[in-house]
Amino acid sequence: MNRRTFLAGVSPGKLASLLHRSSAGNATGQSYRVSSGLEPYTGAWGYQQSAHLLRRAMFGVRKQELDTVQGMTLSAVVDLLLQPGPTPPPPPDYNDANGSTAWSTAAYNSSRDNAFLAFTLSWWSGLMLSQEISLREKMTLFWHNHFVSSWVSVKDSRYMYRQNALFRQHALGNFKELAKQVTLDPAMLRYLNGNTNKKGTPNENYARELQELFTIGKGPEIAPGNYTNYTEDDIKAAARVLTGYSDDTGAITHKFTAANHDSGNKTFSANYGGKVITGRNNASGAMAELDELLEMIFGQDATALYICRKLYRWFVYYQIDAATEQNMIVPMAQLLRSNNFDVAPVLRALFSSAHFYDPANIGCMIKNPVDLVIGTLRLFTFPDLNPDKLNLKYFGLRTLRRTMAAMQADLMGHPNVAGWPAYWQEPVYHRAWINADTLQKRVKFTNDLATDGYKLDEGYATLLIDPMELASFISDPSDVSKLIDETAALLFPNPITQRQHDQIKAVLLPGLPDYEWTVEWEEYQNEPTNESKKKAVAGKLSAMLKYMLAMAEYQLS
Amino acid sequence: MKRRDFLKRTAPAALLPFTIGGFGVRAYARTPLLDALTASAVDTDRVLVLVQMNGGNDGLNTVIPLDQYSSYNAARTNIAIAENQILKLTNATGIHPQMTGIKTMYDEQKVRVVQSVGYPNPDFSHFRSTDIWLTASDYDQYISTGWLGRYLQEEFPGFPAGYPNAQMPDPLAIQIGSTISTALETDVANMGMAFSDPTSFYNIVNGTGNDPAPDTNAGNELDYIRQVGQQIQLFATPVRNAANKAANKSKLYPAARQNVLADQLAIVAKLISGGLKTRIYIVNIGGFDTHANQNSGGNGTPVPHGTLLGQVSVAIQAFQDDLRLLGLEDRVVGMTFSEFGRRIKSNSSAGTDHGAAAPLVVFGTNVIPGILGANPIIPANPTPNDNLPMQFDFRAVYASLLKDWFGTPDSELQKVLFRNFPILPIIKGTSSGVESERGESAVITLGAAYPNPVRSTTRIPFSIGGGHTELSIFDSEGRRVATLIDRTLPAGTHEATFDATELPPGSYYCRLQSGAVSRMGQVVVVR
Repeated sequence: MNRRTFLAGVSPGKLASLLHRSSAGNATGQSYRVSSGLEPYTGAWGYQQSAHLLRRAMFGVRKQELDTVQGMTLSAVVDLLLQPGPTPPPPPDYNDANGSTAWSTAAYNSSRDNAFLAFTLSWWSGLMLSQEISLREKMTLFWHNHFVSSWVSVKDSRYMYRQNALFRQHALGNFKELAKQVTLDPAMLRYLNGNTNKKGTPNENYARELQELFTIGKGPEIAPGNYTNYTEDDIKAAARVLTGYSDDTGAITHKFTAANHDSGNKTFSANYGGKVITGRNNASGAMAELDELLEMIFGQDATALYICRKLYRWFVYYQIDAATEQNMIVPMAQLLRSNNFDVAPVLRALFSSAHFYDPANIGCMIKNPVDLVIGTLRLFTFPDLNPDKLNLKYFGLRTLRRTMAAMQADLMGHPNVAGWPAYWQEPVYHRAWINADTLQKRVKFTNDLATDGYKLDEGYATLLIDPMELASFISDPSDVSKLIDETAALLFPNPITQRQHDQIKAVLLPGLPDYEWTVEWEEYQNEPTNESKKKAVAGKLSAMLKYMLAMAEYQLS
Repeated sequence: MKRRDFLKRTAPAALLPFTIGGFGVRAYARTPLLDALTASAVDTDRVLVLVQMNGGNDGLNTVIPLDQYSSYNAARTNIAIAENQILKLTNATGIHPQMTGIKTMYDEQKVRVVQSVGYPNPDFSHFRSTDIWLTASDYDQYISTGWLGRYLQEEFPGFPAGYPNAQMPDPLAIQIGSTISTALETDVANMGMAFSDPTSFYNIVNGTGNDPAPDTNAGNELDYIRQVGQQIQLFATPVRNAANKAANKSKLYPAARQNVLADQLAIVAKLISGGLKTRIYIVNIGGFDTHANQNSGGNGTPVPHGTLLGQVSVAIQAFQDDLRLLGLEDRVVGMTFSEFGRRIKSNSSAGTDHGAAAPLVVFGTNVIPGILGANPIIPANPTPNDNLPMQFDFRAVYASLLKDWFGTPDSELQKVLFRNFPILPIIKGTSSGVESERGESAVITLGAAYPNPVRSTTRIPFSIGGGHTELSIFDSEGRRVATLIDRTLPAGTHEATFDATELPPGSYYCRLQSGAVSRMGQVVVVR
């Protein structure tokens, strides 16, 4: 099928053909890669490029943020993004009337653990919603989806909160150090049974996922039990290195019991150069074994390559063809290793690269549910999300979190240890977010916000976008073309076509000439307190916004 | 549907008057053939329901070898089910005490248990092994299309162009939930549709702008999203109508939101009853990754294994009961599966680690009731890494369902599953089912290797009724280490030579497959 005519004239008879996965475009087909790589970007640095950067590095972009960065150089904006900002205070007890107590530092009441989890998730949603210009929250979510633990197995919200704080603390830090901290993290010790991994009766669950999913990655099985990068025996050897740890339920930290540690020597396969880790029998010795294990794994080229591919799929696009591997992944991995696994230099290079700003990479990412929900709410101001009362704030933020969960991004509730399929499931990758069920939920969400009312939990408030706020973003809202094009530039990564522009105009002004809008807008401007004049234009703006938010383009970043 | 092929396949079976696996021929009074001949074409379309149990179900605590209870108990003392609690299916085989619904259905002759289903060289990664099951690949083959996707592509060539149409106005496959299975993937489109509430569809069609998407990566993704939007518009009405037209009738369903699988199966029953021609439904229940505290629940295992099995059992029983009350019982066959079973030996955390083969359950009025295959052999002193070797390749189960339930011709089977697999006696009223159970199996024997234990080479005698024969050696972790015979042999007694010189000492399994019948034996290698 000729793509140029693909969607032209959609008649009922043709609708079926739309179901075709385009032959050129599916995840197994050809891509539209260009040869640009990690070399610094030197092209135009304007509104579209800065919006692209902020949308990818954060959850959506606010008009105010775009205004802030317009006068700045690319390098200055990346500097800003790499600032983690101050550590946020811990999650409050939202049921506490004065709101001064953090539940995580108060005496722990296990019968309230469900509530504490909900508080933690509301708090986290709130941090994403109120993010400053920084990569911190998007990287915190990245690590959450990389080093997965799920509350349903961990069953203690203190653990989950601490793990989340760990991800935030190391969000822009050192991957190797984070891998070590995660290995000893009490939530992870519970989630992958490291806490029952004992001498003589090893539990290899964590040792397997550490290699398969967290660090070096599983390659093709080139011989029975040999996954290119490591073998089944390496899993067993690594499990023995990791014996002896458990979670300390009082201090919420790891605990080492020498009697449970396997002090024998651990021999690894030729895949790891036949490395032998000498067994030791005390806490510092076992820690030294862990360090050696991680040095061994991180010493392999495959580890840096693996995490760089994952970062690439998180920030750029899911297809990694030979050119992208060569021009992006390999140099990113070299940079990561030469910086001893500090991620900031790699992120700086990525967000400054010619490849990242290549037109082929703008607008090709399907938003994950957090991008969609938090990003949409960040576009506008919703006083009801910042109410005076703490418990109302909790309800509001809880609603957002549940909306994201319904779209299959359930924070701290991953379906399994591999994380969201969008970042690993071949061939669909990001498309896994969109199906007949989730697309309806996505569009219902934006329809609700635009016109139908997005109801917050417990019925305390209903959110609606104030269309006059949209108008305030537009240089000259009396000009129909500016209204449409500037809204499109705010919402969509790529320009819309003339025909789309005309269709949007038909929603705003069905069958009327452009000047009718100008006339109505000016009448309202002349009498801003006249409710009926205000409603006339506000209703139209809301309808236009609803229409635009329900365009497929809005699902892309 | 290629109904002619289907009739051709099933015709002989309905006419064969003998007992099957000990069950009387009376069961044949109502056969797929008669259904197909007597009912209207539309209403007799057959349905396959797949119940995916995510996480790797512990097969040994699901279907329990009573004949080896002491070895079973010794291998997993901390999680073994008490002997007197086990629900007996036969004297040799029982099921978990919480599976009373399945036990009832077994007694009603609506359950086929297939023992030790897996594949050679098991992969212990959840994700890789799930992909292997969903794509029907070999362990070392990487395929991005799903087995059901390929099947539907053969049956409905050209889909989605020209669909929906008068012959197929409905989705080809439906997954209840918010994700869509790799099993339904093809290189053209995903053949399935996912939704969680069939009564409330939300049309999204605006904003295509009638413009082609640009010829870029972004344009590609745009096309995809627009396509899903169009799909919702195309199929929402029939699905919603079907859901609104029907009501569940069984009183066995638990209250809503108590049993995730029952909720999903209730929707499936409604949609079938509402008249959808959809052939395949997929439902899911998770939580089977029971590394710790398997029986009690807690740290590592959110819901105890027995509770999960109980939920599966209640859900399937309620669904079957509902189908009966809705008059649909003969049109539906269901199958459970999980990406792998678990180790023979439990771990010190009172759980089980990732393993290999496991039993699965095929259910419905059209299954050959009973147990297919022998109990797995439990070694006396299993090591932590020992696994149950497969008796039946999971793709043989797929092939049997495709051929005997959907009437898929051999030429098409080859395209869907890439090569030939033996057709197992699972579905009633089929040539495969009858021949294999008819005493052919009696002549198939696997003799004891001699010498055994073996230092260098040993000889393995076996008898077959003639036909394609495979004799393989598996190590204790389930890896195939040697294929001694893989060709057509005449009827009679044969002998194979097994050279163990290159193999490390230990316990090995010998597996004979002749047609649909498999036999297992053990060989010990010493130095």
